[in-house]
Amino acid sequence: MSCGTKFSAEFPSSGNERRHQHGLPPLLTISNLHVAVAGPPILKGLSLDVPKGEVHAIMGPNGAGKSTLSYTLACRDGYEVTEGAASLDGEDLLALQAHERAAKGVFLSFQYPLEIPGVPALTFVRTALNAQKKARGEDEVSAPEFLKRAKQAAAALKMDFDMLRRGLNVGFSGGEKKRMEIFQMAMLEPRLLILDETDSGLDIDALRIVSEGVNALRSPERSMLVITHYQRLLDYIRPDKVHVLAGGRIVASGGPELALELEREGYDKYVREAA
Amino acid sequence: MTSLARALIEDDDTLLPSRRDEDWRWTDLRGALRVLPKPAHATVSEKRETGRLERSFKFVQARGYHGQFALEVPAGEHLVLIDRFLGAEAAYAADLSLTFTLGEGASLTRIAFHRDSAEAVTVTTAEVSLAPGARYAQTVLAAGAKRQRIETRLVHPGGGAVARLDGAYVLAGQRHSDQTTEVRHQGRNGECRELVKGVVADQARGVFQGRIVVAHGADGTDAKLGHHALVLSDKAEVDSKPELEIYADDVACAHGNTVGALNEEALFYARARGIPPLEAKRMLTEAFLAEVVERVEDPAARDLAASWLAERLMGVAG
Repeated sequence: MSCGTKFSAEFPSSGNERRHQHGLPPLLTISNLHVAVAGPPILKGLSLDVPKGEVHAIMGPNGAGKSTLSYTLACRDGYEVTEGAASLDGEDLLALQAHERAAKGVFLSFQYPLEIPGVPALTFVRTALNAQKKARGEDEVSAPEFLKRAKQAAAALKMDFDMLRRGLNVGFSGGEKKRMEIFQMAMLEPRLLILDETDSGLDIDALRIVSEGVNALRSPERSMLVITHYQRLLDYIRPDKVHVLAGGRIVASGGPELALELEREGYDKYVREAA
Repeated sequence: MTSLARALIEDDDTLLPSRRDEDWRWTDLRGALRVLPKPAHATVSEKRETGRLERSFKFVQARGYHGQFALEVPAGEHLVLIDRFLGAEAAYAADLSLTFTLGEGASLTRIAFHRDSAEAVTVTTAEVSLAPGARYAQTVLAAGAKRQRIETRLVHPGGGAVARLDGAYVLAGQRHSDQTTEVRHQGRNGECRELVKGVVADQARGVFQGRIVVAHGADGTDAKLGHHALVLSDKAEVDSKPELEIYADDVACAHGNTVGALNEEALFYARARGIPPLEAKRMLTEAFLAEVVERVEDPAARDLAASWLAERLMGVAG
């Protein structure tokens, strides 16, 4: 099984209409996205624009389709798009394989980053960086240049550099694994960051360090999709917009105050509406 | 003399082991050698430096090579041995008997590269005997053949002697490789470590048989045996048989055996970071075998092992 579409996607025109509303061209455009996972539909007509430079939060109850959205954008096997479209800077995302999307600048930060024994973190990141550069027709990074950049990025995240010489994430705590994700983001310099429940398993100190790492990556050229169940993460990573995902669709959108409302009142209202 | 060598010399294929022999049921020589090639004496070329020895055994013609090679490491001495078994693309047979004798406190680190032709039928048997306090560390790296049996038999005296019998196999096409080991603990307080890892693709077949025997009275024996294989195709096969025979009371013996596919989650993780599927597979496969490489104590030998395996994997993962 592989990720992908069952139909030939028709490219949406809605991106242009929305451009006027935001004043900025969207980096990520999702239109009427329907996704099925091993049969049953999970996303049922999700539409969303994330303009360049903006941070959007996706909040929703368990089972709303939050992880399905992030896995679909990253092209995980078994997540089948049955209808709709998604584009990055005007380019059809759904026509690309996982590694091609990464080379275009999509970065999914995993809720539970994998442990890969036998592959030192530095080797993994350099392999990924050079594969991306090759796909984009750019020159590979030389070993000394890579090492210099890696040392700077590790220092900024207060990471022990020796950790990067050991097997990727092997024996790391939850906080260390998330820090390793941020380290990879800093090295790979993606255009679209998808943070899937990045706060899960983090204590307050780790949450602060990880959030600072994410905030340091905010730039006018980079957009972020912060997927979270709790408002807590958004105290640290301040979103420009908040969307509520329920029943496989975006059912409400607003400013940061929407997150506070959800924290106070819960998702019940939206779950009932979506049902 | 083992049966393949006798069969070659006497030109009698009924001497060959077949599937009916319990110890050879996954490595049928009789079925693979319908016609016995003409016998020939195997030769070795050697390169010596202080503390290091490189030996090359070359099989160039469609002959039935046989030979016996003894090596002794005197008490207190240390040797790093690189053994290379290299076959030209011919339908040869080879049966080599190697013996290693280690004196008190001696150490031998041995790496054996087995690179036979796809048409070859080969048997390599190493018999190792250790004096107390000796240390034998072996890493067998195998690329398979039509039939390839690599057997190590070690008699362990206990008394602080240490044995490490590791191996790795990388098999593609219709290649077969069999690593069979037997360690007999005959004295008190012997230590033995064994780790064999393999990768099989296409229609290849990997075989591992590991037997540890702890004799009556060999108390304090500490033995660990592990075999782990990655199967990269539906038609590839791995057969394994770890065996512990324990006649002593106070021993610590453990064995582990796993056969599985590449971790799909890890593959997706690598792909999501921009590593193309083929490269991701190769990276994870190499990482799987890395544990065997890391256990090689000698840095130069370790590098040789790592690059040899990486080169074999280029032809397999994908």
